[in-house]
Amino acid sequence: MTPFLQEHEMFRRSLRELVGREIAPHALEWEAAGALPRELFRKLGEPGFLGVRLSEAHGGSGLDFWSTAVLVQELVRCGSIGVAVSVLAHAEFATKVIDRAGTDELKELFVGPAAAGERIGALAVTEPDAGSDVGAIRTRAVRDGGDYVVNGTKTFITNGSIADFATTAVRTGGPGHRGISLVVIPTDAPGFRKSQRLRKIGCHASDTAELSFEDCRVPARYLVGPEHGGFKLIMQGFEGERLVLALICCQQMRLMWEEARRYGHERKAFGQPLLGFQVWRHRLADALTSIEAAEALTYRAIDLYVRGEPCNQEISMAKLFAAEASVGVAHGCAQIFGGNRYMEEYAIGRLQRDSLAFSVGAGTSEVMREIIARTSGLEPREGAR
Amino acid sequence: MKILVTSKRVTDPDMKIKVKADGTGIVTDGMNYKVNPFDEIAIEEALRIKEKGGGAEVVVVGIGGKDAALEIRSGLAMGADRGIHVLCEQAVDSSVVAQILAKVYETEKPDFVIMGKQAVDDDSNQAAQMLAGALGVPQACFASKVELAGDAKSARVTREVDGGLETIEVTFPAVLTADLRLNEPRYASLPGIMKAKKKKIDEIPVASLGVDTNPRVKFVKMTEPPTRKAGVKVADVPTLVQKLKEEAKVI
Repeated sequence: MTPFLQEHEMFRRSLRELVGREIAPHALEWEAAGALPRELFRKLGEPGFLGVRLSEAHGGSGLDFWSTAVLVQELVRCGSIGVAVSVLAHAEFATKVIDRAGTDELKELFVGPAAAGERIGALAVTEPDAGSDVGAIRTRAVRDGGDYVVNGTKTFITNGSIADFATTAVRTGGPGHRGISLVVIPTDAPGFRKSQRLRKIGCHASDTAELSFEDCRVPARYLVGPEHGGFKLIMQGFEGERLVLALICCQQMRLMWEEARRYGHERKAFGQPLLGFQVWRHRLADALTSIEAAEALTYRAIDLYVRGEPCNQEISMAKLFAAEASVGVAHGCAQIFGGNRYMEEYAIGRLQRDSLAFSVGAGTSEVMREIIARTSGLEPREGAR
Repeated sequence: MKILVTSKRVTDPDMKIKVKADGTGIVTDGMNYKVNPFDEIAIEEALRIKEKGGGAEVVVVGIGGKDAALEIRSGLAMGADRGIHVLCEQAVDSSVVAQILAKVYETEKPDFVIMGKQAVDDDSNQAAQMLAGALGVPQACFASKVELAGDAKSARVTREVDGGLETIEVTFPAVLTADLRLNEPRYASLPGIMKAKKKKIDEIPVASLGVDTNPRVKFVKMTEPPTRKAGVKVADVPTLVQKLKEEAKVI
């Protein structure tokens, strides 16, 4: 049974129309440019497509994650994974947490304009020396009167070069995860520097940059949630991020599978279409089975998440399974293309390259396994170590 | 002011259509549906007229089985005020559609009707003209521009005709149809979609309208167009000219 209702179907149709008219025809240009144009955010903001889960009081629609799922699925359909990555990093990762935990002033300043696509957001957590180990971040924010003075460096920041604000994890207290706060830093704040775009091997339409702060001043009231309470907010935010990533994987696998099926029907070898060979039929049957399994697990996690049930384990499983499956499915679907799998002009190679980001982004597969282990009684008992 | 617009559920024209082996229709399994794109343009025009002021009510009418409600609701999501769903499971032709719409018109008494110039599934391009005929009101079809008079009792309509544009004036009530270049329809917004959930769609069983629903046009058979044969490569221009003259007989 589909979890999507009539309103989701209507949202899907309207968005599909926009993707077909405004995104798909330009996706390759943006891949080459290495970033999305600002104009696209406004085009998506105008009909309310960026404010799906944001509160109604601040330009959003206050809907649940099933509507976000529609957004992800239809954006991925444009054929460039970077589009979905960049848009979701803005609307979900960077902005949702401000909407959830920020003051009214912060929401006014950042959530409203983000929903309208006028100000673009980035989430800045990862540092050169702190990736999975979020509790080890070193970017420091020191109170100075009514300001924080921020020093440090963030890396692998999606939307880093186009962002107008960065929802940033900073150390306001002592070592460990209890000393971390989240603060919104406008990218035109004094002392805020964006690096050149980092050169990635895939997801080219989403830009990635390093951010550095040198005595960067930001008003202390731009703090999101309680001081030293950032770690919990980041972990809560990860739930939505990981579901987004799992959905991207599922839809990206479907795209690759459809490409492979089309090619398998058209391309002939030894006097018959490739799909005349059992080996390819079986390979694509296996791939479709993986896709359905990944999607079922993802939908199960979304269902729990939407109903407010504990679901950290299920979300981790969905993200882990979908990300790992996408590597295998990508290889299987690409292989049927023969030499063409290695050619830039075929979408399949690009999609396969893009899939390599998923086992790392929003939490590595190893971190996912640790969460699953921790939440299922697999850790050694107290004193056994 | 009240404007009546139509919203027909059609198969997605961007999908590959397959004709059933027995020629009784097309394969509908896995088919996507959408609002007839010309109807979307008509709805957009009605909404623009409404938004210019004057407090118009835009009413969307659709004819079809239960599923057709989604396309009416899509019109409401764009911004129309309420819907009318004439429940009709059987196939209808342009003439039946015109008679049904005439009945709806009599109840609703709109200032004018605007609908798509044709539906992209059967391309008949007849329902609006037949409706105008049945009602005995003026028609202005293939509109590329609609300007309401100050008193909103008539409109100047620019029509796309063979060889150019023709501008006519129609007095209301009238039936207008929208051509491709009339406007570019908006995307149904997410808040619009949520609002549409609460808007009313009146369901009217077709039997209650007292319309003879027997189609006047008999559907005989559907066949796929012949597949295009592979082309040939010619060595040079003289050969091309010769072939165009002697084989293709086009010059």
